[in-house]
Amino acid sequence: MPIARVEFDYLRGFLLEKSAILLDEDKEYLAAIRLGPLAQNEGFASVDDLLGNLRRRPGDSDLPCKVLDAMTNNETWFFRDFGPFEALRRQALPEILAARSEVKTLRLWSCACSTGQEPYSLALLLREHFSLANWTVKILATDISARVLDRARLGRFSQLEINRGLPVALLPRYFQRANLDFELAPDVRKMVEFRPFNLSQPWPDLPKMDVIFLRNVMIYFDVEIRRQILSRIRSVLQPDGVLFLGCAETTLNLDANFERVTFEKTAYYKVKP
Amino acid sequence: MKALIVDDSAGMRAYLRMVLKGAGIEVLEAKDGVEALAVLHAGARADVAMLDWNMPEMDGYELLKNIRADSTFNSMLVMMITTETEVSQIEKALAHGANEYIMKPFTRDVVLDKLQMLGLQ
Repeated sequence: MPIARVEFDYLRGFLLEKSAILLDEDKEYLAAIRLGPLAQNEGFASVDDLLGNLRRRPGDSDLPCKVLDAMTNNETWFFRDFGPFEALRRQALPEILAARSEVKTLRLWSCACSTGQEPYSLALLLREHFSLANWTVKILATDISARVLDRARLGRFSQLEINRGLPVALLPRYFQRANLDFELAPDVRKMVEFRPFNLSQPWPDLPKMDVIFLRNVMIYFDVEIRRQILSRIRSVLQPDGVLFLGCAETTLNLDANFERVTFEKTAYYKVKP
Repeated sequence: MKALIVDDSAGMRAYLRMVLKGAGIEVLEAKDGVEALAVLHAGARADVAMLDWNMPEMDGYELLKNIRADSTFNSMLVMMITTETEVSQIEKALAHGANEYIMKPFTRDVVLDKLQMLGLQ
């Protein structure tokens, strides 16, 4: 069922204001697909009914959060695209670890971690390939959606999620069966701290990061917000730290202070000296 | 790039054939382990074999052991694609030389990701 113009326009304004997400004018179908199940679950007669309720009582209940959740793309998988993880393992991390050999502290940040596959992939990569027993290793994992963070903290993944991107050799070493799901070992889960975070709002104080994964999230923001985010990223990135973006994302024409570093078919970014 | 699909389900072979051909991969097929070994011993070569576990005649696990016992096929990668989802079964397959593992059901993206993981895409 089509969404009334007035409700769709309200939704676009709501998403822009709350999370700086740009929903194009021709994406009414997307709103219908994503909000249809929510409308049904919440007992509304239609998506129009749900949006009308949100418009009339925007501060009421947890409906705004649920709408934001439903409209955010949470697709993710283990070791997504492989190339960035290879570049991190074989080039970026050895350099950073050598530079931190005295302080023995390493901080990584997965900015839009969704259900946790990205930060857990980072944790597994560290466990598998680096000896950091006497190091302080902190992986911060953030997302705008409280719902996906709740799931991420559990460290439980369905068979379909495990299929997607997890090298099978890691499965027996780090996961055990939990009914139909697979549960990640507690000591790996403990490496990651999950926290709600809205990239488009003012940021709280953060420690300096050695590695930042800001992948497949900037595409949702307009140019001005992308510039703001990259500027803030620079302020929390160690001078020799590295930034990984999604395959279709770049700092080009957004922030001239970054330089691109290539590794095989992948690129990552460092702040220019 | 060439793949050998070994599965007793014609529907599963057709699905995998569609996914692989869509990725520009040439496909050979066999309906069980005995037929797969016959194809290989006749001289056919594949970069990767995709083996179902439960099949009549010779199952995928036996086929895996046969493949790994023959140095002629040393360079062939093996991916199990199966409904066997117990960690102990996965460990068995890994111990006998499987390179990757897909649990049924799966999607096209899973296959393509695993091929990429094996350096075949």
